[in-house]
Amino acid sequence: MTTFDPYAPSRDTTEGTVYSVTGGDWDSLVQEIGSTKEERVVVNMGPQHPSTHGVLRLVLELEGETVTEARAGIGYLHTGIEKNMEYRSWTQGTTFVTRMDYLAPLFNETAYCLAIEKLLGITNDVPERASVIRVMMMELNRISSHMVALGTGALELGAISPMFFAFREREIVLDIFEMISGLRMNMAYVRPGGVQQDLPAGAIPKIRDAVKLMRKNFKDNTTLLVGNSIWMKRTQGIGYLDLAGCTTLGITGPVLRSTGLPWDLRKIAPYSGYENYNFDVITADTCDVYGRFLIRMNELEQSLRIIEQALDKLEKLEGAPVMVADKKIAWPAQLALGGDGLGNSLNHIREIMGTSMESLIHHFKLVTEGFHVPAGQVYAAIESPRGELGAHVVSDGGTKPYRMHFREPSFNNLQATSAMSEGGMIADIIGAVASIDPVMGGVDR
Amino acid sequence: MGLEEKIPSGFVLTTVEKLAGYMRKNSLWPATFGLACCAIEMMAVGSAAKYDISRFGMEVFRASPRQADLMIVAGRVSNKMAPVLRQIYDQMAAPKWVIAMGACASSGGMFNNYAIVQGVDHVVPVDIYLPGCPPRPEMLLDAILKLHSKIYDEKLGSNRADIIKEVELAAMNAKPTIEMKGLLA
Amino acid sequence: MSDHGMFGARGTGDTSGYGGLAPTAASTGSSERPYGSYFDDVADDLERAYPLFSQAIERVVVDRGELTLHVKREKLVEVCLILRDTLKFEMCMGVSGVHYPADAGRELHAVYPLLSLTNNRRIRLEVSVPDSDAHIPTLVEVWAGNNWHERETFDMFGIIFDGHPGLTRILMPDDWQGHPQRKDYALGGIPVEYKGATTPPPNERRAYK
Repeated sequence: MTTFDPYAPSRDTTEGTVYSVTGGDWDSLVQEIGSTKEERVVVNMGPQHPSTHGVLRLVLELEGETVTEARAGIGYLHTGIEKNMEYRSWTQGTTFVTRMDYLAPLFNETAYCLAIEKLLGITNDVPERASVIRVMMMELNRISSHMVALGTGALELGAISPMFFAFREREIVLDIFEMISGLRMNMAYVRPGGVQQDLPAGAIPKIRDAVKLMRKNFKDNTTLLVGNSIWMKRTQGIGYLDLAGCTTLGITGPVLRSTGLPWDLRKIAPYSGYENYNFDVITADTCDVYGRFLIRMNELEQSLRIIEQALDKLEKLEGAPVMVADKKIAWPAQLALGGDGLGNSLNHIREIMGTSMESLIHHFKLVTEGFHVPAGQVYAAIESPRGELGAHVVSDGGTKPYRMHFREPSFNNLQATSAMSEGGMIADIIGAVASIDPVMGGVDR
Repeated sequence: MGLEEKIPSGFVLTTVEKLAGYMRKNSLWPATFGLACCAIEMMAVGSAAKYDISRFGMEVFRASPRQADLMIVAGRVSNKMAPVLRQIYDQMAAPKWVIAMGACASSGGMFNNYAIVQGVDHVVPVDIYLPGCPPRPEMLLDAILKLHSKIYDEKLGSNRADIIKEVELAAMNAKPTIEMKGLLA
Repeated sequence: MSDHGMFGARGTGDTSGYGGLAPTAASTGSSERPYGSYFDDVADDLERAYPLFSQAIERVVVDRGELTLHVKREKLVEVCLILRDTLKFEMCMGVSGVHYPADAGRELHAVYPLLSLTNNRRIRLEVSVPDSDAHIPTLVEVWAGNNWHERETFDMFGIIFDGHPGLTRILMPDDWQGHPQRKDYALGGIPVEYKGATTPPPNERRAYK
């Protein structure tokens, strides 16, 4: 048996070389070991994982706890929506487009409908009441989307209560959606030319009550997380991406605003009447996860402001149409429920069957064939909760889209995972991805 | 499997079946398999105070399939995701059940195209099909309750072998959908 | 709007829908000066900064309030560098592929929407390549965000981006054959069975043009 000297600088064991270090030797040792690549491990945080926001696959090369390389694998939710839409009429496309970014369905629909309206040339003919309803529904959707982002982001970092608070708020918003459009999610409510149907009676007071309740409830999350030292330690300085990184990667939304640039399409290139509302663009200048978290929390309050202004406008516009006046485009039958609880209102049936032949023809042709859109291509961009959502629509003059491509913000934003996580720890990747807030339905389409 | 498989059929077996069924249904642990929009409604069921799933003891969504009994396939399964789905299903320990939540999981839904598996029963055996796009949280709770009664009535041992024989015979002799005549025949 | 009105049959006059969807050729022809709004400034600045403008830019189209520059693929990287550095189009919003099978010799188009943060301007670049030689130089060096977009365009259309650091499939499984969003790739649905009848998948149904 050889003599065993426990204070020798290195000795060989069955498990490899064991080094003993004291005091100032640590740096020289680390440098010596760092040159060998034996300690790297490749870990797959696979598509099914509780902490990767959806079916995202992260392939990480680790050295201990430090991430040396991070690659994101996507495509596990590819649905072929864009190709499927080439076989459906323009109005049917709304139901497909809604399911791309499923946390912000109204934004998808609005971008698509704005692009179609640009191609048709009726952007200025969309009635004001329809635009105001679109704005109000979009801002409600922004609140519900940010609530999921905050709730799941906090859950992934280990905080469970914010998720309960966030989903409670989300339920309030989903009740409003159900009251107005009939569905909680994936409503297909915004149609080319306007919206599907007007607000039901008594909606506006209910929404005002909901706004008051939400303002009170948001304080729960704010008092819990803002200024919380654990939360700040987990999120400050993590996921750093400055303005140069954002512009070259094409990143927009809260990530871009966390670098200090107040780039918000609602202010800079307003659509649907956004220039008539008073609200602030929230920025942060820390470029990290905490900054993006604060941006999302503060955008909730701005959305509530816009909703209140929209409600005031809606009260003044009582009785105005919500669909474009051109009967050859307007989706027929404002669908107040008929006697059997489904479908067209009896007034509409009376009109098309008894009074107006043109209405019957229009209804028939619009539902079976759809309207024709003149040939050309258009790119319409709106500000979704995640960034710039752009719809590139190509028409060849027919009743169906020739090519429909969505420039989803999450697709670009996810490319930043490598830039944000390499050099950090595994636990920080989760925070970085949560702050990007990707929705895989939009990434993969 | 276990001791319960070896009990001869009779009064003891039926009592053990009831007991095992009761235990199993009251502590089902779901595995997280949320894919798309239905996953958000599943999260609403799991967390929101309105549709509380923990009254059934099911709020622990296990991340590891080895600790889970129930896989709720929530969302559209693409061709790229199908092998992953099968692998997760295989990693679950018996007894295991599958709920196909939503139209896309049950039959491919509105996406009848190259990218989506037309129904997860092409990949895993499904116990409950839940339609909807997405199904309301109450519908998911109803599906879970129906699954509970199905689990409660599950037979063990020799009774189970009998049932399996019957079901197989019925499936072999069943008319395929396209040959059924419906109300017009 | 054509003189037929919004409804009605074009071409053969077949309204039964059994003819299927027949793609039409893309429009040709360039817009004339003045283009309107900031498009003239963009075109003038580009011409000043890039003397080979007339060789590189095939067509300039102004339609529906948007400017499209059709660029030759050989000069694409040079034009983009000038657009990014001199004309301050810092962000590229991605690559969108379009397949025009009826446009012989120029079947595959790649569309790049560009955004200028400093000037709040948007233009669009379009590159056309033939099916037989579907190569476009990569723009990853100019705007890094195009990395995944070019992979997606390759995956869906088969356009090969020369110089891309890792051009592999991104949305489809890695061993998938074919490029799904091309017009000659079938939608791939299955007929839905009911009691005694089937509904064909959307690409095989009777459809209005």
